[in-house]
Amino acid sequence: MIRSFWWKISCVCLLLYTCIYGFYVQVPKLDDRMQETIRNFFFHVPMWFGMMILLLVSVVYAIKYLKNPTIQNDAYSVAFANTGIIFGVLGLITGAFWANYQWGSPWSGDPKQNGAAIAILIYLAYFVLRGSMNDEEKKARIGAVYNIFAFFMLFPTLWILPRLTESLHPGGQGSDGNPGINGKDMDMHMRTVFYPAVIGWTLLGVWISTLKIRYTLLAQKITHGTN
Amino acid sequence: MEQIKKYLFLTVTLLLSNLLHAQAMSDGGIMRSNGKILVVMSVVVIILIGLFIYLLSIDRKIAHLEKEAKNK
Repeated sequence: MIRSFWWKISCVCLLLYTCIYGFYVQVPKLDDRMQETIRNFFFHVPMWFGMMILLLVSVVYAIKYLKNPTIQNDAYSVAFANTGIIFGVLGLITGAFWANYQWGSPWSGDPKQNGAAIAILIYLAYFVLRGSMNDEEKKARIGAVYNIFAFFMLFPTLWILPRLTESLHPGGQGSDGNPGINGKDMDMHMRTVFYPAVIGWTLLGVWISTLKIRYTLLAQKITHGTN
Repeated sequence: MEQIKKYLFLTVTLLLSNLLHAQAMSDGGIMRSNGKILVVMSVVVIILIGLFIYLLSIDRKIAHLEKEAKNK
């Protein structure tokens, strides 16, 4: 039996809805170059939303681990960071692919692109740091401390610095507005797909994370005989 | 918890009904006029369903192992 299946059904429904209606929905014609590629909003942008939510969950469990050092808290923290970074890398790749057609080259040194790349590199260091230690407890504790640092580096790299300069991303006219998305570009029809898409993709990330957590805890149980 | 469940299912149903209305919408855009985008959409949906089935099978296998580990 699949444990607590109702939100998994929601995930399946929301993503099927996104992938069907996302192609059907009427989108506004923004400019000659954008055309129908604005539909990437339903696939590329939720990757970043998903990443931020998953990394937030990860840092919460890192703090929880420092307060109450259990294997469970550590397993949660690592699994969510892992899935979050996978989402981030997918966001970077899809962004580069889209940018190739939209901005003329896959990497134009856009502040948002650079910031996201730096943020992901900081998180990759988290996995390297963990991998470099053999002592499980030390690994978990130092990992949790670094996780908090890595999460707070998201503030400048994703949320502050890209807002201070001009960006190729929509809404990136310097200091005004969000450099990632421009709310004005989305009309009502797009919103009916965009928000379910964000929830659906995030739930998928949570699902994958829970599988990894359950696997880690099972493996722990088998090798150490304890829980 | 029950409340959240009910609310979520209601939202999902509403969204799916939205989908059915999409059939009625007509527009001269290139995406729908030649119908070829539906091919792409179908491919995406097939991949998505395949991934879901895979994910579900992993989920079940882990649940099975958990049960076994518990009984030991």
